[in-house]
Amino acid sequence: MAVGRKKISCPPYAEGTALSERDISERRVTIFEDHPNLVYSWTAGQAMSRFLNELKNGKLIATKCEKCGRIIFPPRIYCELCYKPIDGWVYVKDTGTVQTFSISYIDPDARPLEKPVIVAVIAVDGASPNMGIMHILGEVEPEKVYIGMRVKAVWKPENEREGAITDIKYWKPWRDEND
Amino acid sequence: MEVEIVKGLKFHKKQDVAIVGAGMTTFKRRLLETGKELSYFAVKQALEEAGLDIKDIEMVVMGSAPDAFDGTALKGEYLLDGAGGSDRPYLRVFVGGGTGVFAPIAGYWHVASGLADVCLVVCEEKMSCCHPHPQSAFKYIWDPILDRPLKPNLIWIFALEMRRYMHVNNIRHEDIALVSVKNKANALDHPCAQVAEKITVEDVLNSEPMALPVRRLDVSPPSDGAAALIMVAPHIARQLTDEPVWVTGVGWALDTTHWTNRDLYFPRYVAEAAKMAYRMAHITDPRKQIDVAEPYDPFDYKELHHMEGLGLAKKGEAPILTREGVTARDGDLPVCPSGGLLGVGNPIAATMGVKACEIYWQLAYRAGKRQVAKEVTTGVCQAWGDLMQVGTVMVMSNKR
Repeated sequence: MAVGRKKISCPPYAEGTALSERDISERRVTIFEDHPNLVYSWTAGQAMSRFLNELKNGKLIATKCEKCGRIIFPPRIYCELCYKPIDGWVYVKDTGTVQTFSISYIDPDARPLEKPVIVAVIAVDGASPNMGIMHILGEVEPEKVYIGMRVKAVWKPENEREGAITDIKYWKPWRDEND
Repeated sequence: MEVEIVKGLKFHKKQDVAIVGAGMTTFKRRLLETGKELSYFAVKQALEEAGLDIKDIEMVVMGSAPDAFDGTALKGEYLLDGAGGSDRPYLRVFVGGGTGVFAPIAGYWHVASGLADVCLVVCEEKMSCCHPHPQSAFKYIWDPILDRPLKPNLIWIFALEMRRYMHVNNIRHEDIALVSVKNKANALDHPCAQVAEKITVEDVLNSEPMALPVRRLDVSPPSDGAAALIMVAPHIARQLTDEPVWVTGVGWALDTTHWTNRDLYFPRYVAEAAKMAYRMAHITDPRKQIDVAEPYDPFDYKELHHMEGLGLAKKGEAPILTREGVTARDGDLPVCPSGGLLGVGNPIAATMGVKACEIYWQLAYRAGKRQVAKEVTTGVCQAWGDLMQVGTVMVMSNKR
């Protein structure tokens, strides 16, 4: 066994054979391919079922915990901090404040988008501070978006709503009436 | 039942834990070798450094991130034989990107508890199997009801976090880009590096926009690779080397997947994990007591974000330390001297090779051209992952 400080530099060598994209696409190396086709259906659960059904009515709903005093949004049936059942359901507003945002030039598979998407975390009015959701912004130029911007949900027409987060088409800039 | 709980961590470990060897493969966008073969390469190198044989290994810990990359369910079991886990206690751990430091933490449990005197930790990732891009697998970490219908890309959450961090602390993109410049240049001295290059701040700011403020050169690349680490009890370490590196503290913390319910400017879960590790390692002033750091840097702003979470800088101070050269390899607090994920590559769990393995090599004075200029006693490495909710921290020292 080696004893004492070895005068070595680590890692001493780098093993592995690098391939290029074309090595794969032109099958210059031995490849085995498979296309798994898995289909899932998720039950929405107690809290999310109520939330999604309220979206059909054009309303956002939250839950409250009387122990910590939080209005919890998106709703869950338990308060994860007090670790107890929630004490009731409350409607929150469909207006809010942009907490942070991004202008995305890529789709879910990292392919480029022609027209960028503006995505934001929106803290919803009526819920506790920092209680927000991620959603898309519309009716606004990318360079006009700022943190702290007031926004309001733009809903799909009632007959097109299906109980999904996309029942809100996007959030648009909004000026408070008492401003 | 109401019981009185005495607050505070109590550590009743059976024995100290030393690291005596490490290894890693090259990190590349695509590698010919399978995950088993890559694991074998990394383990072989670690055994060579330690002067041990696979027969000496009592237990094996495997760290590997989502099965969706490899397209192999039961990935831990699949990789087992390549990782030297045949016919011995074997365990896979997984906390997304945090796995690169969580796996050695699990290795620490094995030895500190006395269950094993010699434990091998292996981390593997092969992201190139997933087509057209590994990003397609990342789709499935989003909440199926709230997030996925919006067609998100994983980069979104980083862009949102980076914007919030810049906004609250009033930081310019130029100062963040310096991290990418530093780490990619540091990686020029790493034999395993994938994207080592000399670039400028302008190159970063003018690179292709992905999800603004994130641009191409703000991001580490997807990679294939593997890494290994050997942890042993003191009586084994004494026989192998005069100068082992000791694990003096470990910590981990997770927040919920409700990431839109927290202020993203500060990683509280990393601070919690660091608090636990520092308490164990008797570190009260991390900025003064830590000589070298490897915080997780999948994005350039993350290195700064995590330095603040680790208490190596005050909130908003990390970009200033970077600009002043404090975090350079010859600085007062070298950060990511390996080249990090930004320079060497980002094979999720296998980033152990540039985090835990690098701190071990730095403290053993075996980092070659990457060895930091100052004298080092104590180092910290950290990883982070999932939906911005995981912090894993390990403190090491070459003094027991």
